[in-house]
Amino acid sequence: MIAVVGAGPAGMAAALRARECGAEVVVVDDNPAPGGQIWRGVAGQKEVARFRGSGIRVLSGVRVVAGDPVRRELRLDGEGAPGPIRYDKLVIATGARELFLPFPGWTLPGVFGAGGLQAMAKSGMPVKGKSVVIAGTGPLLVAVAASLRERGARVKLVAEQAAAAKVAGFAAAVGRFPAKAARGLGLAWKVAGIPFAAGCWVEAAHGDGRLSRVTLRRGSEVWEEDCDYAGVGYGLRANTELAELMGGPSEDVFVAGTGDVDLSWVEGEIAGFSAAGRLDRAKALEGRRAEARRFAAELDRAFALRDELRGLAVDDTVVCRCEDVVCGRLRGFPSFRAAKLHTRCGMGACQGRVCGPAAGFLLGWGDTGVRPPVFPAEVAALLKTTPDPDGSFPCPTSLPPA
Amino acid sequence: MTESVRVRINGGWFLVPEGISVAAALIRSGEDAFRTSVRGERRGPLCGMGICFECRVNARAHVRACQTAVREGMEIRTR
Repeated sequence: MIAVVGAGPAGMAAALRARECGAEVVVVDDNPAPGGQIWRGVAGQKEVARFRGSGIRVLSGVRVVAGDPVRRELRLDGEGAPGPIRYDKLVIATGARELFLPFPGWTLPGVFGAGGLQAMAKSGMPVKGKSVVIAGTGPLLVAVAASLRERGARVKLVAEQAAAAKVAGFAAAVGRFPAKAARGLGLAWKVAGIPFAAGCWVEAAHGDGRLSRVTLRRGSEVWEEDCDYAGVGYGLRANTELAELMGGPSEDVFVAGTGDVDLSWVEGEIAGFSAAGRLDRAKALEGRRAEARRFAAELDRAFALRDELRGLAVDDTVVCRCEDVVCGRLRGFPSFRAAKLHTRCGMGACQGRVCGPAAGFLLGWGDTGVRPPVFPAEVAALLKTTPDPDGSFPCPTSLPPA
Repeated sequence: MTESVRVRINGGWFLVPEGISVAAALIRSGEDAFRTSVRGERRGPLCGMGICFECRVNARAHVRACQTAVREGMEIRTR
């Protein structure tokens, strides 16, 4: 049985290809419905429709919280989650999240990630007639602007931190990738007329109890924009927690999906074929993957983060939102681990998913490494386990090998 | 035509479109903030995709409003 974790582009592609090879496939997905982030709430999207029509078993609203790569077991949590499952091969397609860089006022209600704001709108948050500022970095900002405008929002500005020359360079590079270029033109059409500022970023958000305006900077120019919502995101970072917990890729564990949709899809296909034992079919896709990787490299080059963004957070700016640890308290520590032990930064519900990458960028820290559970979990989910073939159970406190 | 469901938010009944998230339902009912942080700040959703845990609601621990679809008769309480 091939277990696929994640039903975004990579997970769906892996499941479809594995199933095509005749394997039994089960998909575990935290979201209420398949599609990942990019196709959230878009049931009509052709890949999602194909996946849903395939009859592949999906456990939606279910997360992997712990696992044992030696016993090939996954422990699940969520409403309707079954007990632990044993796999023969595992595809980890847990996708990516946004990088949030702290700035004064970023914790005000009404400030979302850029993808976060889009996700909220797709999940039913009304944006019609609302004024919105979108900021941060990457082509996602433009996609979000298009999506919000389609829903009747008044997008006042898209503020891209990358310099104008970098953005122009990226646009030129997109021209070398036909499928991307076509999509890019479509997107440009959809956002025509929305002000776009390069070399520009949100310095602060203000409001009484909730967001009412943001301060923007472009070079020496500083000004304010009133807005109902701000969508601020600085690119995507892979959700590596489960892959780390399961000891990374191995002969039984395959990893796919790092952010860009086309790269994610082909990585998923390769993982699905590989898990099903069809290495020949996986190999045949390496050319497409190389092409997708070239595009991803262009993206990383164009949208690298500028140093000024490190100076946005001031001493009393919250960095760890779960435990309310401010930047000033964190500056003295040499590592994430030291800061965690002294301040609780990273010990809250998000388990460092937000503050970890932020602190990494602000303060140069590395990761702390993962321990199970990788999501907050009910005790019951952690206690249940499956017997070994001889009928015996492992020691309840056994953990995966370090 | 989209169906509607009735949900109870902090004691009051609201009619919301079927299939939306609890977070979206809360915002439609007028609540921008769902929980109070350690130092007393009101917080609302940030990531919209279930990783930041700012949108936690209800007494049962760690129900992420942004990842939970509304259901008929659902009881929703902000913290």
